[in-house]
Amino acid sequence: MRREPPRRLADYAPLVFPGLMLLVFFVVPFGTMTAVSFFRRQQGGFYTPDFVLDNYGRFLSPFFGNVLLFSILLAVAVALACVALALPFTFTLSRMARRTQVLWLVAMLSVLSLSEVIIGFAWSTLLSRTAGITNILVALGLMESPRALVPSLGAVLTAMIYQALPYTVLVMYPALVRLDPTLLEAARTLGASPLRAFFNVVVPALRNTLVATVIMVFVFALGSYLLPQILGRPTHWTLSVLITDQAVYQSNMPFSAAMAVFLVLLSLALVGLTVLVGRKDDGQ
Amino acid sequence: MSGLEVEELSKRFGAFTAVDRVSLNVPKGSFVCLLGPSGCGKTTLLRMVAGLEEPSEGRVRLEGEDMTSTPTHQRNIGMVFQSLALFTHLSVGQNIAYALRIRGIAREAQDKRAQELLEMVHLGGFADRPVAKLSGGQRQRVAIARALAHSPRLFLLDEPLSALDAKLREAMQVELRQLQQSLGITTVVVTHDQREAMTMADLVVVMGEGRVRQAATPIEVYRNPADAFVAGFIGSTNLLPVTRAADGAALLWGSPVDGLAMPAELASGVLSVRPEDVHLQAAGTGTLDARITFVRDLGATVETFLCTNDTTFISVASPRERGPFSVGHTVGVSLPATRCLVFAA
Amino acid sequence: MSARVLRWLLLGALALFLAAPLIIVAGVSVNEKQSLDFPPRGFSLAWYLEIFTNREWRNALWASLGLAACSAALAVAVAFPLAWFGWRRIAPWTKVLQLLGVAPFVLPPVITALGLLTFWATTGFYGQAWTAVISHATFFVTLPLVTLTLGFASIDRPVVEAAATMGADDATILRTVVLPLILPYVISGYAFTFVLSLNEYIIAYMTVGFTLETLPIKIFNALRYGYTPTMASVTVLFISLAAVVFGLISRHGDLPHLLGAPAAERD
Repeated sequence: MRREPPRRLADYAPLVFPGLMLLVFFVVPFGTMTAVSFFRRQQGGFYTPDFVLDNYGRFLSPFFGNVLLFSILLAVAVALACVALALPFTFTLSRMARRTQVLWLVAMLSVLSLSEVIIGFAWSTLLSRTAGITNILVALGLMESPRALVPSLGAVLTAMIYQALPYTVLVMYPALVRLDPTLLEAARTLGASPLRAFFNVVVPALRNTLVATVIMVFVFALGSYLLPQILGRPTHWTLSVLITDQAVYQSNMPFSAAMAVFLVLLSLALVGLTVLVGRKDDGQ
Repeated sequence: MSGLEVEELSKRFGAFTAVDRVSLNVPKGSFVCLLGPSGCGKTTLLRMVAGLEEPSEGRVRLEGEDMTSTPTHQRNIGMVFQSLALFTHLSVGQNIAYALRIRGIAREAQDKRAQELLEMVHLGGFADRPVAKLSGGQRQRVAIARALAHSPRLFLLDEPLSALDAKLREAMQVELRQLQQSLGITTVVVTHDQREAMTMADLVVVMGEGRVRQAATPIEVYRNPADAFVAGFIGSTNLLPVTRAADGAALLWGSPVDGLAMPAELASGVLSVRPEDVHLQAAGTGTLDARITFVRDLGATVETFLCTNDTTFISVASPRERGPFSVGHTVGVSLPATRCLVFAA
Repeated sequence: MSARVLRWLLLGALALFLAAPLIIVAGVSVNEKQSLDFPPRGFSLAWYLEIFTNREWRNALWASLGLAACSAALAVAVAFPLAWFGWRRIAPWTKVLQLLGVAPFVLPPVITALGLLTFWATTGFYGQAWTAVISHATFFVTLPLVTLTLGFASIDRPVVEAAATMGADDATILRTVVLPLILPYVISGYAFTFVLSLNEYIIAYMTVGFTLETLPIKIFNALRYGYTPTMASVTVLFISLAAVVFGLISRHGDLPHLLGAPAAERD
């Protein structure tokens, strides 16, 4: 069983099933989605096969422009906040004993596995009037009466950070765990305090990782379809919320598809950027 | 004046004791090698001196000052790591000047000092070179230059030459020793290579299982090893079982070794004799007889493997001194008492 | 010393942040009455029983479990030959297929959900339960693909070569040497997918949301139309299940390695 190039046609057999599955159920759906984005919307929630640019034309409206701008700014804020919070934590994690690391990793994975619905529900409860943290503040005497902290931009931002944080940790983890510990120690022997050494030596060494992580978390945050809706006001709706809303409640599939196509192109471009950044790192 | 002093220094990891009550006094300006097999605690000891590990017990003093609770970055030491740990995001010159940059030294002074050190390690024009483009030997020198830039009072090196090929390693050993002598800086090197220790050190500290087995000059450690462990680790030696005769003489499988007495407190023990002190002569003469099982002719020397009582030991001699003995022959083995040492088993 | 204090503060703050919503939800789940109160008024585990005794919640539970079990199996079935081929053969364009396998997971789930919706609508199968299985399997194929690729890479080549010198042909080697070695990775890939599928909302909703109610869908509907503490008890159930599954994986396998760390040194 040597590792060799395939010679006969039969050697390609293992690829047939996965290839077919991925082609039919992943590539084709993108094709149908792109096709639908050009369809004409009918009243009553139907659409006819056609080729019109109306749906894309709606991108030029100020309403859409606002939503897009807000989505991007929100995702950037989430990405930067998550990376800033995750970096010291993941660094600390990577220095801990393996057994302790496993415990934290299990915790991260468990929180990551929660769907957006559950996170939305949990945070709306946490910030509600009757069951939220304001009740604890009242009990401690810091507040007079409990208050609902939703809907608000702060709630949306916090919940999105909550959702993206485990993801950020897991994206950074491989690079941080492989970081040479003697780098930090060498800096300390040269006279840098541990904190200074961290910023002088560790952070620059991780430059490419950090950039790639910000991009990945940005794409991840763009995909939040429910949290802005549950925890925020209509002004806080993002592109993904709009896509879901148009597709399901407004029965406007073509417009929704058009926005989705746009989002795909944006995401692919960014992921491509991440790969490029990663490759530059290897080339050094 | 003492350059480095450790007092009853210990380090335990749970039930495992890595360093067991080690006490050492290193005179200022001397070159010390911590020598021993892997796992003997030498690196842990060095890291405690550097402040990278917290001792379970004991104290560390640099030039008389107690440093035990001082953090690493305030100890004013220079350290070269086994991995070298060069900062790949900085150039060679920036690496070397790092310690000065931290201390707020002016840019010009930084550059000047970096240049001085580069000259000292024979890398004069390398200041702007990126670290990634250097060869193994060059990176080694940069690591050394970087550690010395801020004129530390203690120079620590953890297996610094292990990544170099044999020829380069030997050249670096000599250079390192010469550098240390010209700077006069107290230096501690961790190594598992006893030839390296013999080449560079003023003082060799042989460690085994977390304890110091012997601390003496290289030649002293070689000629008068303190116990069987040191004898076995430094150079090569034969270790043979001896017992006490009624009159106190040492008996090697029942045959007395001419002129060799057992130490007063031992009824049995281990006899250590170096291969170059085992002489071959006609069968029936000498201390005992043995059969030759293997001969390794290395040109400049010949190694003869001898077997008796199910034990194999080795004799080494130049081709001229050695008689015409070959595999299968039984020969007489002579062990001069002055070259034999007896230890507890 | 202060570095240690700083570390504990950091870890504590993060732990609190991650746990806080879950603690609140757990507290809410034991409310005696159907109220959203924290600290809980009264103590009752009735809402946990609800999941099993209430027909609607029970059906949703079965739907979720069934969907998760089937889609995880399908995802592994798709990923295995792909990972196997990548290990067995040198073919530079397998990278493309592997990239394709990773793509669904990297893009926002909304997009994949919408794409699948248009696909099923166009092909006329929209709303049938099995479409959810295929949809989930396609979306999650990345997970077993990653674990299996890692697993194959960790097989010591000399082991395979030794088996060949002892007379085993390819099929025998696959059966007696490769499969036993790769099994832990198959299991962890399956387990990851199972847990994530169980929790997944948007794809399930967009493909079969009107005909099949999975637990996440039910929770969302409950959020909109009528609150009940069962939502909270389901959440607690889910996260406990996830922790148990991941804990088991870590016990029998090398979790840090699966997540990108170098393999643990064997004693």
